[in-house]
Amino acid sequence: MLYNVENFASHFFVLGDPLIYGADVSIVLVSLAIVFVLTYYKKWGWLWREWLTTVDHKKIGIMYMIAALLMLFRGGVDAILMRTQLIMPNMPFLKAQHYNEIFTTHGTIMILFMAMPFIFAMMNIAVPLQIGARDVAFPYLNAISFWLFFFAAMLLNLSFVIGGSPDAGWTSYAPLAGLTFDKGPGENYYLLALQITGIGSMATGINFFVTIMKMRAPGMTLMRMPLFTWSILAACIIIIFAFPPLTAALTLLLMDRLAGAHFFTIFDGGNPMMYVNMFWMWGHPEVYIVVLPAFGVFSEVVATFSKKRTFGYASMVASLIAIAVISFFTWVHHFFTMGAGPGVNSFFAVATMIIAIPTGVKVFNWLFTMYQGRIRTKLPMLWAIAFIPNFAIGGASGVMLAVAPADYQFHNSYFLVAHFHQVLIGGVVFGMLAGMYYWWPKMFGFMLNERLGRIAFWFFNIGFYVCFLPQYWLGWMGMTRRIYTYLPGMGWTFWNIISTFGAYLMGVGFVFIVLQILYSIRYGERDLTGDPWDGRTLEWSLPSPVPHYNFARIPEVTGRDAWWTMKEAKQKGEMQPELEPLKPIHMPNDSGRPFILSVLFFIFGFGMVFTWYPMAAVAFIGILLSLILRSFEYDTDHTLSVDEIRRTEAAYGRV
Amino acid sequence: MSTIDDGIQEHAHSYHHGGPSAGKEDHGPWKHIIGFVISLLFTALALWMVVAHIAHASMLFAVILALAIAQAFVQLFFFMHISESHAPQWPFHVWMLTLGLLFTITVIVGSIWIMSFGTESY
Ligand code: HEM
Ligand SMILES: [Cu+2]
Repeated sequence: MLYNVENFASHFFVLGDPLIYGADVSIVLVSLAIVFVLTYYKKWGWLWREWLTTVDHKKIGIMYMIAALLMLFRGGVDAILMRTQLIMPNMPFLKAQHYNEIFTTHGTIMILFMAMPFIFAMMNIAVPLQIGARDVAFPYLNAISFWLFFFAAMLLNLSFVIGGSPDAGWTSYAPLAGLTFDKGPGENYYLLALQITGIGSMATGINFFVTIMKMRAPGMTLMRMPLFTWSILAACIIIIFAFPPLTAALTLLLMDRLAGAHFFTIFDGGNPMMYVNMFWMWGHPEVYIVVLPAFGVFSEVVATFSKKRTFGYASMVASLIAIAVISFFTWVHHFFTMGAGPGVNSFFAVATMIIAIPTGVKVFNWLFTMYQGRIRTKLPMLWAIAFIPNFAIGGASGVMLAVAPADYQFHNSYFLVAHFHQVLIGGVVFGMLAGMYYWWPKMFGFMLNERLGRIAFWFFNIGFYVCFLPQYWLGWMGMTRRIYTYLPGMGWTFWNIISTFGAYLMGVGFVFIVLQILYSIRYGERDLTGDPWDGRTLEWSLPSPVPHYNFARIPEVTGRDAWWTMKEAKQKGEMQPELEPLKPIHMPNDSGRPFILSVLFFIFGFGMVFTWYPMAAVAFIGILLSLILRSFEYDTDHTLSVDEIRRTEAAYGRV
Repeated sequence: MSTIDDGIQEHAHSYHHGGPSAGKEDHGPWKHIIGFVISLLFTALALWMVVAHIAHASMLFAVILALAIAQAFVQLFFFMHISESHAPQWPFHVWMLTLGLLFTITVIVGSIWIMSFGTESY
């Protein structure tokens, strides 16, 4: 009996590794600390009422952002561990298996649980405000999306201490990720976490597509929409069409693993390359899902901090749409080396190179927007400017990779690693940080400290080049990705030392961002105007932080850069339209069910990971029940009285 | 494109009708339930036929393909209300359907093309 328990525990909990014991201890300590603080300050009710049950897009956006920053930290720690292992040949720091697990969780977390929630954060915070709406089309669904993402992230992170992490790469290629080569529950964690967060992403895609199409303020035609909103529309189109192939691929792989199917096995009629094919049908569009919103942020930031309207608005819109569509015709460039023949490889090589054209158009438009503008290098603008050389190099190395015959050399070398970090960090992370700095006062009503932000910027930016430029060299010298150690005498040691040093610099940069936030929470200057950057779009017409109904009166839009147009009209002393009397506002009710539903999904996922089917079945019935209960719920919204609105507006000094 | 000045009104309305495109007719959830059940049946049928090996591989392929196409139509008619579009929105419906069709064909034809590698002579 005792032996059985011991045996079970030693498989269930990951034992024997000091790093993991450290994680165990810190998880327990942090959880205890949270429970203690919430209880001591009697904040449980507040947490539940204000955050866990909210359907307000602004609060959901803030929660996405906090989660994304936490995941950036977790993924960043993974990165530091990997770079430490690679700093010298024959480093005894991490074992092969542990290294495999770390690069797998690093990639998975960074793409799906950092980049994705970060873009969802920005779109939740800004899109409804930019289009003059009071919420998204389906606020309740929006809360479900967030909590599904959140608990999927928790599920994946749990694998570290319970059962063992996935270890077949963020791409989880069959047959390596199949049952024959990978028994442990780690891969199951990967598959279920991705499925659960995938449901949330799909719902978000639909939600924001409908929001943008149906809920714009009167006068805001499509061609008057801010470019950030356009970029989100394009990203939503990609989400809607790209996630189904991933869902299918993961489901089939899960059936292979749990139900003895043979879709992607080597024998019995399976075809592992079909998994690769299906994965990249999602995988390539996915990189544009995360980078287009960053482009959108840059468009807003560059125009605002150059005090000019965006150069070439129509071509910006056209290139967003072109990128969205063409991104579905390039996926084979991730497996040219499968050897699908010259016809296939040429077609996808050319399609890949074509994408560089609309991307180039956008870069030139940003440059022309800055040209002769009155540039203020505030933090958001700093990150936007830094993005441009970065993306030029990343795009160039991308086109090099797109040359199919050359890719036989570059593929899966450190050259590839350098390429995608250049576009993902230089594009997505820089973009999301720019967005965070830009909208921070709108979210919280105070400014972030510039000085600490600048220190963070320089550490991160210089660290970035120091870390990743040497990796192009290493790739040319034959260093392949996903190796946990190498021999001295390969000629790689010097560049690896440099690269690791760069990674540490980026780590320091991140620490300064955290310091900056903590410092500014205490000492940050308050934003009383609601328009600290002299903005151009409607979100800056509102007080900071924005009241929960957003607009007391829905604005009437008369031109592109709606808020700028209004400000100009006021300055010229043009007749202001008479203010309409306030009307009662219809708002959706808060609900605890999205949270509970997602907890049930978490339990379902956990049960499936360990094939504890009774547990999964009970949770599944719970999921169905909560869906049915929702269908019979009729009391889903309430009305804010004119009095309440007037009181809130008066508190902001706006009547 | 019509714009709606009070979006919340619009979606509050949609709570009871299954979606913003549900329009004026109120047909309750039955259409969705029937569509859901048909989809489940088609899927179960495909799975059963393959697991029970009721025919040759080529025959099975044909039947599964037919079921898949039929199910796509179920989706379009029972869930996406393709037959109910009203005038102001039509260009967008047509655009999105065209895009959907384009991507679907790309995925299927593309996969067959890519995965039949090695069978072509070069
Ligand atoms: C000019 C635009 C771009 C071109 C021409 C391009 C081209 C390529 C090619 C050909 C590969 C495959 C190389 C190989 O596996 O050997 C690749 C990999 C990759 N690219 Fe790009 N790319 C571009 C932009 C981007 C952007 C904007 C992102 C993300 C924001 C991105 C993220 C990635 C990732 C994550 C991988 C590697 C995935 C993996 O194998 O794990 N790329 N790119
Ligand atoms: Cu790609």
